[in-house]
Amino acid sequence: MKPAPFAYEAPDSLGAALDLLARHGGDAKVLAGGQSLIPVMNFRLAQPALLVDLNRLPGLDFVRRTPAGGLAIGAMTRQRRLEREPLIREAAPLLAEAIPYIAHPQIRTRGTIGGSLAHADPAAELPAVAVALRARFRLQREGGERWVDAASFFAGLFTTELAAEELIVEVELPPPPPRAGWAFLEVARRHGDYAQVGVAALVALEADGRCREARLVYLSVGDAPVVAERAAAQLAGEVPTEEAIAAAADTAAREEMDPTGDLHASARFKRHLARVLTVRALRLATARAA
Amino acid sequence: MSGARAVAVTVNGRRHERQVEPRLLLSDFLRQDLGLTGTHVGCEHGVCGACTVLYDGEPVRSCLLLAVQADGHAVTTVEGLVPEPAGGGSPDPDRLHPLQEAFWECHALQCGFCTPGFLMTLVPFLEEHPEPSEDEVRHALSGNLCRCTGYQHIVDAVLLAARKARSPLP
Repeated sequence: MKPAPFAYEAPDSLGAALDLLARHGGDAKVLAGGQSLIPVMNFRLAQPALLVDLNRLPGLDFVRRTPAGGLAIGAMTRQRRLEREPLIREAAPLLAEAIPYIAHPQIRTRGTIGGSLAHADPAAELPAVAVALRARFRLQREGGERWVDAASFFAGLFTTELAAEELIVEVELPPPPPRAGWAFLEVARRHGDYAQVGVAALVALEADGRCREARLVYLSVGDAPVVAERAAAQLAGEVPTEEAIAAAADTAAREEMDPTGDLHASARFKRHLARVLTVRALRLATARAA
Repeated sequence: MSGARAVAVTVNGRRHERQVEPRLLLSDFLRQDLGLTGTHVGCEHGVCGACTVLYDGEPVRSCLLLAVQADGHAVTTVEGLVPEPAGGGSPDPDRLHPLQEAFWECHALQCGFCTPGFLMTLVPFLEEHPEPSEDEVRHALSGNLCRCTGYQHIVDAVLLAARKARSPLP
């Protein structure tokens, strides 16, 4: 047996799960897909006193259209289901494009959207995509709930706005802006490895071909998803020509991120990758928007 | 509670009832409690893929699941690739799954430690992608590590199995 001993509860209702978290809070760990939590428990880096397993909860596995034309996704929806779900390809193609980059099929079978967001790994795809799509999350606790925007949810390295007694129960994606194109790109040493750099991009065009709005959100270049606001603002109002795209990529990679180098990629190399990926992503997003 | 719990898990079509500690991994449950040692444990933190099994028909890493979670679920291990004879009894050890035959033919294994994980990853992949490109095969096996043969023969075996499934020899 690899993990240290723990008490285990698998509540069969959301109310019971929230009650457990209200009573045990910081001593408890929430088990969603377990693809990040179980490894650290196997290493005994995490030794929770209580494991609250959400896998028997009904009603948190869904993908549906919202009245506004966006999507509502249950927190326990598996990544594998998102990968196969036609609604996701239709209404959130950026998300659909990012999912196959998440680890491997064996991991996506279990991994959940809510778990990945709550875990907030800076190298993970879903937090960056959620920020780029202006998602908001419904957080529930015993006796109350609140909505938090993705942009203010991720606080730092594996740290979020989520309190110990709260659960993410739903992810809401607004409908994409009109005439919008998207792209998700990343570089990893092998398919399925953590990205050295990744980018989620969105470009919305005016009828005359000028860029109305651009969004650029990066993974693996900071402690949380990194938003390149100035680069995006620079593109707004411009026709996204090769020159304009190159200038925005320069701004993003030089001024708006401070990546940390590691064994496989120096900070300088990551900046280089970010610039190259930004150019490719903006090009692709623009072509898809047109 | 950390005390033992009763679980009922259907493995390779057969129901098993056991008492397990919550911290028992599914991989250890299969090997130690059920004696199904075909599922191998390599890294035990979700990197190597050696412990891959089917969980309700989908490939998972059994070292990243607790046995207690499998209560009421169906697991298929490499031992279950060739079904038991209709009249009961053990499967014929000389009968292989078509993908296992292709592994044999293409020399897709050397020490064989990683093989069960590759098989349990690639069998559902071939069901979903009956005509895979070489590129798709390489992506499909990227979550499984082999440390002796190299991957080329494994890729060859998957492509061979797919070809044979499309045009079975008389």
